[in-house]
Amino acid sequence: MDKELLQHGLNINRRKFLSRMSIGLGSAALGSLLIPGLFDGTAEEEAGFIPGIPHFAPKAKRVIYLFQNGAPSQLETFDYKPTLNKMMGQDLPESIRQGQRLTGMTSGQKSFPLVGSYYKFNQHGQSGAWVSEIFPHMAKVVDDLCIVRSLHTEAINHDPALTFFQTGAQQGNRPSMGSWVSYGLGTENKNLPAFCVLLSRGKGNGQGVYSKLWSNGFLDSIHQGVQFSSGENPILYLQDPDGMDREARRKMLDKVAALNEIQLKNFGDPEIATKIQQYEMAYRMQTAVPEIMDVSKEPDDIVKLYGSECLVPGTYAANCLLARKLSENGVRFIQLYHQGWDQHGNLPNEMRGQAKDVDQSSAALITDLKQRGLLDETLVIWGGEFGRTNYCQGAMSEDNYGRDHHPRCFSIWMAGGGIKPGMVYGETDEFGYNIVKNPVHINDFHATILNQLGFDHERLTYRFQGRRYRLTDVSGTVVRDIIS
Amino acid sequence: MKKFYIVALFCLVSAIVLFAFMYFGGEKTNDGAGGETISYNFQVRPILSDKCYACHGPDANKREAGLRLDIKEEAYKALKDNPQAHAIVPGKPNLSEVYLRVSTTDTSILMPPASSNLPTLTEAEVRIIKKWIEEGAKYEPHWAFVPPQKSPLPAIKNKTWPKNEIDHFVLSKMEEHGLEPNEEADKERLLRRIALDITGLPPTPGMVDSFVNSKDPSAYEKMIDALLQQPAYGERMAIPWLDVARYADSHGYQDDNYRSQWPWRDWVIHAFNENLPYDKFVTWQLAGDLIPDATKEQILATGFNRNHKITEEGGVIDEEYRVEYVVDRTNTLGTAILGMTIECAKCHDHKYDPISQKDFFQLSAFFNSIKEVGLESTVGGHQTFAKNPRIDITQEDLKGVLNFITSSDTAGLQVSVMKDMDTARKTYILSRGVYDQHAEEVQPGTPKSIMDFPSGLPKNRLGLSEWLFNAKNPLTARVFVNRIWQEIFGRGIVKSSNDFGMQGELPVNPKLLDWLAVDFRENGWNIKRLVKQIYLSATYRQSSTISPEKLKADPQNIYLSYAPRIRMNAEMIRDMALASSGLLQPIIGGPSVKPYQPPGLWELATSGRGLLATYKQDHGDKLYRRGLYTFIKRTVPPPAMMIFDASNRDQCEVKRSRTNTPLQALIMMNDPTILEASVALADHLAQKKEKPEAAVSDAFLRIINRHPDKQEQDILLAYFNEQQAYFKANPATIEKVTKVGEYKMKSTPAPEVAALARLVQVIYNMDEAITKT
Repeated sequence: MDKELLQHGLNINRRKFLSRMSIGLGSAALGSLLIPGLFDGTAEEEAGFIPGIPHFAPKAKRVIYLFQNGAPSQLETFDYKPTLNKMMGQDLPESIRQGQRLTGMTSGQKSFPLVGSYYKFNQHGQSGAWVSEIFPHMAKVVDDLCIVRSLHTEAINHDPALTFFQTGAQQGNRPSMGSWVSYGLGTENKNLPAFCVLLSRGKGNGQGVYSKLWSNGFLDSIHQGVQFSSGENPILYLQDPDGMDREARRKMLDKVAALNEIQLKNFGDPEIATKIQQYEMAYRMQTAVPEIMDVSKEPDDIVKLYGSECLVPGTYAANCLLARKLSENGVRFIQLYHQGWDQHGNLPNEMRGQAKDVDQSSAALITDLKQRGLLDETLVIWGGEFGRTNYCQGAMSEDNYGRDHHPRCFSIWMAGGGIKPGMVYGETDEFGYNIVKNPVHINDFHATILNQLGFDHERLTYRFQGRRYRLTDVSGTVVRDIIS
Repeated sequence: MKKFYIVALFCLVSAIVLFAFMYFGGEKTNDGAGGETISYNFQVRPILSDKCYACHGPDANKREAGLRLDIKEEAYKALKDNPQAHAIVPGKPNLSEVYLRVSTTDTSILMPPASSNLPTLTEAEVRIIKKWIEEGAKYEPHWAFVPPQKSPLPAIKNKTWPKNEIDHFVLSKMEEHGLEPNEEADKERLLRRIALDITGLPPTPGMVDSFVNSKDPSAYEKMIDALLQQPAYGERMAIPWLDVARYADSHGYQDDNYRSQWPWRDWVIHAFNENLPYDKFVTWQLAGDLIPDATKEQILATGFNRNHKITEEGGVIDEEYRVEYVVDRTNTLGTAILGMTIECAKCHDHKYDPISQKDFFQLSAFFNSIKEVGLESTVGGHQTFAKNPRIDITQEDLKGVLNFITSSDTAGLQVSVMKDMDTARKTYILSRGVYDQHAEEVQPGTPKSIMDFPSGLPKNRLGLSEWLFNAKNPLTARVFVNRIWQEIFGRGIVKSSNDFGMQGELPVNPKLLDWLAVDFRENGWNIKRLVKQIYLSATYRQSSTISPEKLKADPQNIYLSYAPRIRMNAEMIRDMALASSGLLQPIIGGPSVKPYQPPGLWELATSGRGLLATYKQDHGDKLYRRGLYTFIKRTVPPPAMMIFDASNRDQCEVKRSRTNTPLQALIMMNDPTILEASVALADHLAQKKEKPEAAVSDAFLRIINRHPDKQEQDILLAYFNEQQAYFKANPATIEKVTKVGEYKMKSTPAPEVAALARLVQVIYNMDEAITKT
């Protein structure tokens, strides 16, 4: 069938197709089976960009994004600020705040008492990076990580901040980062979607994530993130109904195909050929996806590495393990969300729980990818949508405080995919409020990710409503310093 | 020998040039730079706009070297940097820097420069520029800003084919490109097409038989009239308008709690069914509250501009969101009514179109005085379901002026509507579009480049509406008839139905577009008349068979020499399954409903606050309502609809994409809605106790709305027999297959019923079942 489709493409647009051959028929063919309009010439053709083919040799083939939803505090994780402990309870100096806008939740507060981390910090690894005691496992792989402490954003509320992170704009129905990558790179696997989404939730105060965040925006819906869930139906509508075994399904689809072939013969519409092809892929997905989801065959040492929770479907640990399996199977963008990081109050208690959910398995994922030789070609990212204030929100006591949203600085880490390991990048002031060295804006962050995947972020564009849109909107500079 | 080489070389060069021309001579420049005079609007401006305007266009802040090429006088002037030289010297390409710089081989001076990331001009484009300058470099106003005029019907060779004016225009394009129209579609397929287009529902078997057997020469027109009278027409027409109006049942941000805006949706259905003329339809929605002695219906219509997302996230900055709402309304006006990408001018002057940032904020001033706030309330009870300003819907209303609203329960029912403050809010240009960066103060106004605002009109939303429907407004009618065309043929006459500006596609048949637009206006903006005119055309009635020759000559079917085969939209697919199986509950309007949905989707995506934290599936009749009544929670829209490219109603959308994916196959295979419909139809067939041959044909007729041919009948019958044998041998499976959803079987679960259910599933999975053929 693939052959026929190719033949068809050649027939209807031989000239265009031939012109692509010089760039590489193999990759074009694979990616393009899923890219509507590539063969009939209606696919968007942009400056030197053909869907499915990067601009230059990529360092990373895929991304695993461990999104910590709700925004974990940088001050309790990777940005060590002893000054805050020393100045505990004192008011945030205006010279530091500089009239920065605050959310409606704390803008009415009479004072802004500084509060230091409840947890201890220690230096780890060759790099000597400071890591909070709530991340003992991550601390052990710190030499594989590049910790960026100078990320900053423009949004101060969850919805716009999340949307900004995922789509490069706070407002509007733009494509998600994973959709851009799917659009840019196509898929490596004919049985799985290029962009997969896995959700889990901790016990901490949560904000919810929603399918809007993995929407394809104005790109074709083939680039939409496909949500995998635990349970019998890992992908929506994947599971055959009761009483339908594989053989019965095969028989049914054969009849459907035979009837559609008649239509194709009578009407000559190439969309019917595509439809027949899509049913075959659906059938293959029905086998491929449950196989991927099945972790029962994972050896003991792997289970031990990720922690026994990885056998409990729907947990963050299970999703990390799944992320590895999806990477091995050529999925381009694997987006995890772990909810519960919004600590406006009760921070010392809640963050410990959240950390416990994610620490071991995040570190395990790095180790596991590395031992399989996959870390070099897989970019792993860990982090939330903004930072937290250095001052306390609400009541403050020895062992209880909260932190409001803070867009001006926060910490994330990246690993693999051609990012320098064992590095700490960027610096904030002693109050952990403003960036003093090497700021990285969300647009820069996006530009860097695309760069690792082989794309010039200014040239990965899609024309919609007369304008060439890109993930980085109108700015963004690749952070060369963190690229190995 | 030498001569031979020269000839060979010549051949080779011609071949390359021809190849380049064929390859690069895309849609926009399909007439190439051949013998005819170059058209500025159709050939030159698309090149200048796409490749030059970013730096030499309308945006004053990004202009390089002080040069702009979108205005003749500026382009002819001596260059600022080099007064000896000129960008364009009419008649003299070799003295025109524009030509020299796009055709040079010296990459240091080549335009557009590599740093712009814009593609360089193709050879064909360079030749167009050269020839245009040779011919005097004449500028023309942008086609879409010149009011449309009816031109005389074009001459055609095949005089017997046309049934009305539309066909003259379409046929002339076909003949120009050496194409001939297809024969008329067979009656069964034509009926299915017309029924789906007008009502969104497939025809009943009874309709098929009476239509096919009718000898009445006007049967087709009578059928159209009958279908237009069905209330289902209003439902079908409402769907694209709900996309345009970004209508949803939730507020749209973060916790995304419930909103009670559905009475507005009922009004839309009502308005289409009453055939409210388009000018009134839009005026009421934009400014119903300002009409002297406005009725409650007219006020309800203004809910249109309160359908946008509204935040309930605690801690947001009020003004930031209030401004966001005003911007949303302005953008929506641009996309929905004017077909312009006005939003590009929010942060800076438009890069391509003559819309300045000042124009944007002047336009926004019409929507800036609403008595509203950015954050009125956070997630809560019924007082938060409609934000101020709002109206109460009372029992009296249901008996009187709002009798089209379907509900018995009006307790606390409120709808957000428009209402201005007593004193207008001041409007400012916002630097970089940032909500608190006030620059120059502006007054309400419309972009001059589109049409002057007539003196004497009030500077409010009512005046704005009059400006839109003024006979000289070049956009309003064109944009709407184009969208209707798009809805019917799958592709607008202007393909970019959301962009009639410089970067938009050019109309493939400009005279047809203009004729339709003027005709629509001259006939009182009568929507039913417009669609009927299209349905009566020979163009519409063609069969959708694509011959290999036509596929090669016109793979995108730009010239409509065959009827397009279009995958039905998400709502139609659902409705088809419900209608064909007899499950459909044809109730018009009322609160949105929650049919089957895979478990856990809302629950996994919530903080736990609000009415919509968990998905409480409905039961009984509410499971079988038409797709347009499915509850839309913006942040987690109904998955089966999204997979079939429905809008998430995040913002104004005038064109859905139409994809063909494996996830769609999975829905048709496994969605309980489809499976339940299969069982219900099988149950119905079983009760008739027909012979298998008749049952196959019956099922096929209900779903595909035609009788199967011999080959199809054979395949299906063999499948039925095979399945019946299987279920006889495996009786335990019967109940598994026949127990789906809440459907209660009327016949006894026998092998025959289970086999019929499988048979029906096969038919639902046929390409034709979900395709307008």
